[in-house]
Amino acid sequence: MKDKKPKNVFKEGAISSDFIGHSIYKHQTKTNIGAHNIFLGQVRADEIDGKTVSAIEYTAYEAMANQKFHDIREAAFEKFDLTCMHIYHSLGTVKAGEICLFVFVSSPHRKVVFEALQYIVEAIKANVPVFGKEIFEDSSHQWKVNS
Amino acid sequence: MYITVKYFGQIAEVTNKDEETVEVIGGQVSDLLEVLNTRYDQLKNEDFQIAQNQELVSLETALTGLEIALLPPFAGG
Repeated sequence: MKDKKPKNVFKEGAISSDFIGHSIYKHQTKTNIGAHNIFLGQVRADEIDGKTVSAIEYTAYEAMANQKFHDIREAAFEKFDLTCMHIYHSLGTVKAGEICLFVFVSSPHRKVVFEALQYIVEAIKANVPVFGKEIFEDSSHQWKVNS
Repeated sequence: MYITVKYFGQIAEVTNKDEETVEVIGGQVSDLLEVLNTRYDQLKNEDFQIAQNQELVSLETALTGLEIALLPPFAGG
């Protein structure tokens, strides 16, 4: 299931629960899979200096980001016995409570997917040039930094 | 040499543009940065990494003429 060229990982706006549900449904024909694991990143309504985050506006250095997602994908397939892997990240505005990152890994057995998912999500946070503008309810903003 | 420089996130707020072509005399990433620091006062207060042709580079890296990007802290996920 390796791909030679980077795919576009980005989706405009929030990732819907319908889309996530349909992705799970599509894997029911792949009966060599025994375990799925899913990470969903959700926009948090952080309170900072008395102001509440109402949304995050995502931008990215898209060409480099898609290449990095591709590298992470290749490295994960190399490291873990995965049957398949899907990554989607939002661009544009995602409101508090909505999903901005969807990572979906599948394997014949469970132990692999626990390890693989953590590896992939941490690599995304550290290496992919995505930028997040936290918009407050009063329309002011600050820039998010991954910890 | 003329180099296309891209700006993202808070860096684009400092430069007030997403992209421009910059003339650089000298062959290192640091030479380009010197030009940008002169042009944008606030840039030295910002935290960013530099990519050349979509790979992170250091100040001592030789400029190749390919695209440079100034990347503020990552916030994916």
